[in-house]
Amino acid sequence: MSEKTLMKGNEAIAEAALRAGCRHFFGYPITPQTELAAYMSRKMPKMGGTYLQAESEIAAINMLYGAAAAGVRAMTSSSSPGISLKTEGISYMAGADLPGVIVNVQRGGPGLGSIQPSQSDYFQATRAMGHGDFYLPVLAPSTVQEMADLTYIAFDMADAYRTPVVILADGMLGQMMEPVLMPDAIDPASLPAKPWATCGHGGERPHNIVNSLHLEPQRLYEDNVRRFAMYERLARDEVRVETYRTEDADIVLAAFGAAARIARSAVNAARDRGIKAGLIRPITLWPYPTEAFRACDARAFLTVELNMGQMVEDVRLAVGDAAPVSFFGRCGGILPTPDEILSEIEDIAERLGE
Amino acid sequence: MIMADAAQQSEKRVFERPHALLPVVTNYCPGCTHGIVERLVAEVIDELGVEGKTIGIAPVGCAVKCYDFFGCDMIEAAHGRAPAVATGVKRSLPDHVVFAYQGDGDLASIGMAETVHAATRGENITIIFINNAIYGMTGGQMAPTSLPHQVTQTSPYGRDTDGAGYPIRVCELLSTLDGVAYLERVCVDSPKNVRKAKRAIAHAFQNQVDGVGYSLVEVVSTCPTNWKMTPEAAFDWMRENMLSYYPFGVYRDVQAEGFANAAEAAFARANDCPAVSGEAGR
Amino acid sequence: MAKGRVEIDAGFCKGCGLCTLYCPAHILELDKATITQKGYHPAVCVDESACTGCATCALMCPDVAITVYREVSA
Repeated sequence: MSEKTLMKGNEAIAEAALRAGCRHFFGYPITPQTELAAYMSRKMPKMGGTYLQAESEIAAINMLYGAAAAGVRAMTSSSSPGISLKTEGISYMAGADLPGVIVNVQRGGPGLGSIQPSQSDYFQATRAMGHGDFYLPVLAPSTVQEMADLTYIAFDMADAYRTPVVILADGMLGQMMEPVLMPDAIDPASLPAKPWATCGHGGERPHNIVNSLHLEPQRLYEDNVRRFAMYERLARDEVRVETYRTEDADIVLAAFGAAARIARSAVNAARDRGIKAGLIRPITLWPYPTEAFRACDARAFLTVELNMGQMVEDVRLAVGDAAPVSFFGRCGGILPTPDEILSEIEDIAERLGE
Repeated sequence: MIMADAAQQSEKRVFERPHALLPVVTNYCPGCTHGIVERLVAEVIDELGVEGKTIGIAPVGCAVKCYDFFGCDMIEAAHGRAPAVATGVKRSLPDHVVFAYQGDGDLASIGMAETVHAATRGENITIIFINNAIYGMTGGQMAPTSLPHQVTQTSPYGRDTDGAGYPIRVCELLSTLDGVAYLERVCVDSPKNVRKAKRAIAHAFQNQVDGVGYSLVEVVSTCPTNWKMTPEAAFDWMRENMLSYYPFGVYRDVQAEGFANAAEAAFARANDCPAVSGEAGR
Repeated sequence: MAKGRVEIDAGFCKGCGLCTLYCPAHILELDKATITQKGYHPAVCVDESACTGCATCALMCPDVAITVYREVSA
């Protein structure tokens, strides 16, 4: 129904969220996600929604917690240092089974790091988005179109599984402009009711409680076991992955997000030189597409990331002893070039030939 | 609360548990005033007839489990974050009544940023603030409102103002903020003061219903257990020491000042500023 | 003088004694002979004939353990 329009990645996320029925956005300024919040501040007042610039990332995530508890679709966005502050609230959301979408347009770290693109929050996103026993779905777009599509999907996933969902983008995808076909707009009023929400009982049901405190050991244990059963369903049904020229590949690259764009060019260049290279691009970083790696007959794997080597650990877990796994990465905002990656592929090919 | 009882022809029930306070035995120690204040909040919810559209936010601290006590929908917040959570709820359900119930550590220490900014945004919410000058739940540590020289578990030689600074007077601090509609400090150490506290709480909820703006009632309270006193002696210590540091009173009431709401009062205060009055280009 | 009656629910009473301090008729006491399930001496009314149903005890009770009745002088 709609046509493709040229959009920045950050704005594509914002527009897709609005179309998914999100009318509550809580943010705090930080580079390089700025355009996302600015877009929301322009659109929300015209749509009867809420754009609220919180006093801190901590306040913003707790506003998201409140809005989610009230039963509405809501979102917050930030970049790496701000996400660290949000992890308190994300843990509480996970513990209270609250849906919500959290966008991380990553920059370099640790500390204040840089404002350049980075993928150095992979560990944080997939392992440690707060204290306690929990995971949450992590969606990693690689194009501006996917920034829109995955954001749209994230709201459905959050509601269906009652979990916070993370969009793990980076400064390159956030700033980049590409043509996008936007998904259809959903009327928030048409979304299914949330009988668990704390939106006033109206005298018609016992009070609902949104809570993550369980002082009795058995109750906390059972609550975590129940949530981990949900994670098993998620891992079974929601894994997303793209494979590219892997069918006959000897050397398979693994890369996500912005790094996957460069890795794909390197795969094509390698193929041009007669090296059978392919690419596995995880779209869900959690749950991880382990099976895609096990289905490969590759003789070697090369993980390419914009960090010092984080996802490579999941690749090694997936591949096991089946084949050697090596890593190539750049960080600090320096992007690896296709030629550099090609050179790595050629080195591996040479070793395989020996 | 006066209710006729059809079953009793010869007598009427003149005092009973409010509907909005569930018949649950609380975790509070004997003589703890949390129970009195929560009952007053529930009575006000009953009298306004808003239980079905009220959402309460529980703190971290002794009142953490008040989500089990209040009959309205309840949310348990992270330590200090209740005003931010309340903001998220109120922005999602603007026609509902949203209140946060917080202690001094929660509100004035770890949650001070959330407190100040919810107040300065003029969130149309109600905050009930229990100030007993100590962290009760964790066993009696020094609080942001512990008095100078007050002995606590973590100020065993008395609060040393050279190192630990001075207590925060929350009503006085918030009274400088334009977003605030109503601030009053009360206590519940006598029948007269309980009635007065209830009027303040009722006013703070009525303000929200009427859209007047951010309202906070500070209840100077006791902690018999961690003060290591009987409930009676705790009241005596509180009257003698705390009420002189934290005096009773209305610290802000925009309606009493002749304004319809906090916004009107804020603009009147800044009328000389061209950007605010509209005389300068925005 | 109005005639009243209090019902003290020992399941809620924690024996804090505040009601006994504030009762203007001085007819509430902690029952030292009784220990509730939670381990407290509950408050009891020792002279119901003197109760006026003023509800001061209930007003000060932190545990909402007291229900107060008053005779209707119809």
